[in-house]
Amino acid sequence: MKAFLLAKREWKSAVDSPVAYVLLALLPAVSAAFFFVMGPFFDRGVATLRDFFGLLPWLFVMVIPAITMRAWAEERRSGTEELLMTYPMRLRDLVLGKFLGAWGLLAASLFFTAGIPLTVASLGDLDWGPVVGGYLGAMLMGAAAISFGLFLSASTRNQVVAWLISAVGLMTWNMLDFAATAEATPPALGRWLLAADFDEHFFAFARGVVDFRDVVFYLSVTVFFLCLNGLTFEHRRAS
Amino acid sequence: MMSRESVVSASALVKTFGDVRALRGVGFEVGTGEVVGFLGPNGAGKSTAIRILAGFLGADSGTAKICGIDVALDPVSAKQHLGYLPESNPLYTEMRVQDFLQFAAGARGLSGGVARAAIDQAVERTGLASVWGRLIGECSKGFRQRVGLAQALLHEPDLLILDEPTNGLDPLQVVEIRELVRELGREKTVLLTSHVLSEVEALAGRVVLLHQGEKVADGSLAELTTQAGVMPVQVSAICDGASLAAACTEAGAETIRELPNHADGASSWLCEWSVSSIGAAQTQAHAVRALTDAGLTLIEFSPQNATLESLFRTLSRPSSVEVSS
Repeated sequence: MKAFLLAKREWKSAVDSPVAYVLLALLPAVSAAFFFVMGPFFDRGVATLRDFFGLLPWLFVMVIPAITMRAWAEERRSGTEELLMTYPMRLRDLVLGKFLGAWGLLAASLFFTAGIPLTVASLGDLDWGPVVGGYLGAMLMGAAAISFGLFLSASTRNQVVAWLISAVGLMTWNMLDFAATAEATPPALGRWLLAADFDEHFFAFARGVVDFRDVVFYLSVTVFFLCLNGLTFEHRRAS
Repeated sequence: MMSRESVVSASALVKTFGDVRALRGVGFEVGTGEVVGFLGPNGAGKSTAIRILAGFLGADSGTAKICGIDVALDPVSAKQHLGYLPESNPLYTEMRVQDFLQFAAGARGLSGGVARAAIDQAVERTGLASVWGRLIGECSKGFRQRVGLAQALLHEPDLLILDEPTNGLDPLQVVEIRELVRELGREKTVLLTSHVLSEVEALAGRVVLLHQGEKVADGSLAELTTQAGVMPVQVSAICDGASLAAACTEAGAETIRELPNHADGASSWLCEWSVSSIGAAQTQAHAVRALTDAGLTLIEFSPQNATLESLFRTLSRPSSVEVSS
């Protein structure tokens, strides 16, 4: 399948570029620092990863736009977009390929955070259910954030702009729950805002609960922005 | 023996960018085995037409077909027949030559042993063996151009489209790449663009002349010269430049341009006579007679192909003769 071909190209490019290593190291390093050093883990004396997963949506706000910002913006800036778009590949393979490329990098990055649960497990009696749920949720939430970031990367030729808009967008999306619980917000609107909040759907995973509605939420967001990504190209080709 | 079946067939292509009408109904054909040059000044619409053919842009109206397949309706199949070197040759500079060619082969649907054989052949043809493991960004511009050509011909496409293949290269590299394109042209159908007349003259059998989004001429360069109704002639005589210029103007030359000086007291001018009414031979005869009558010792009177400038000047005039395509 040609989507994997493109994903593989993305990975190969990543292996040759120092930026990718920084990104891969960033998530594990920062999360470990927050979790063990700055966080209340040792004071609490409970073997749980709750604080790690609580932090993750906010780390994603930084890291995922950094993974996706290059994807299309750089192709467009350097002109390689024209090569890619004139190869006999379907648009959906191209979009899916970019998505898988970025998702793979996120998976690698998350993989290197495995030191955290392994350390916790060695210190106390860790319940692995929430850990597995948390990582599953992280991959799903990551998929949604990546497709959001890819769409924005496709809309500009400037990586920094792509990063900034994605990061601010994700941050705002994460903070809908504050608006939902604000006093001035009517309860009906509040419920909608809470349902639309980005990271709200993640926390059940981190408790070890896989709720069908949360899965559907992240999958819908992913598919929605991937489609929008494709439409961006259709539109640009015609205009 | 060449067949005349069309590899490219474009008709009535219109493309507008905002207020700019980049193409105003351009149509052309390229037959199997032909090498056709798309010629025009920057902004004439060459790249736009090429990008529509390659499926990178969609036309507002009109159709573009490669090997009979409409690019807009079935882009993937149409692109299968195409090898494309975009303008300014964009490449993944962070990739190694070998990795990039493997990716390009895969994108064309080649895999395994077939892909390896195709890559080997393309590498041999374009002389890339010495930079095989190098990062593309570290290759010289000439080698990068070869990489661009290699990715375009990997899959033995029915059509090669080369957009300004020698643009931005130094003179030595230009010669190398031209030689390579000439070799490819022997066995492939090639559509290339250029804003340099001598390049098209050196490579292409037929020229499609674009000007401000319209096709103003289509034919061999000799035909275009005839159709343009101008006869450029290099005139040399044993005298000083000023008297030769005066004599040429007296003999009816419409434009004159001095050429680098000859030795031995001779001078040379490139003059253009208009041949619209009495025919080329008569015009020549008249001119030669007028020059000798003026007492000049002519040492050269050789008709040339028209220059790009004179072609545009005459062919893009509204009153210009209708040019058959």
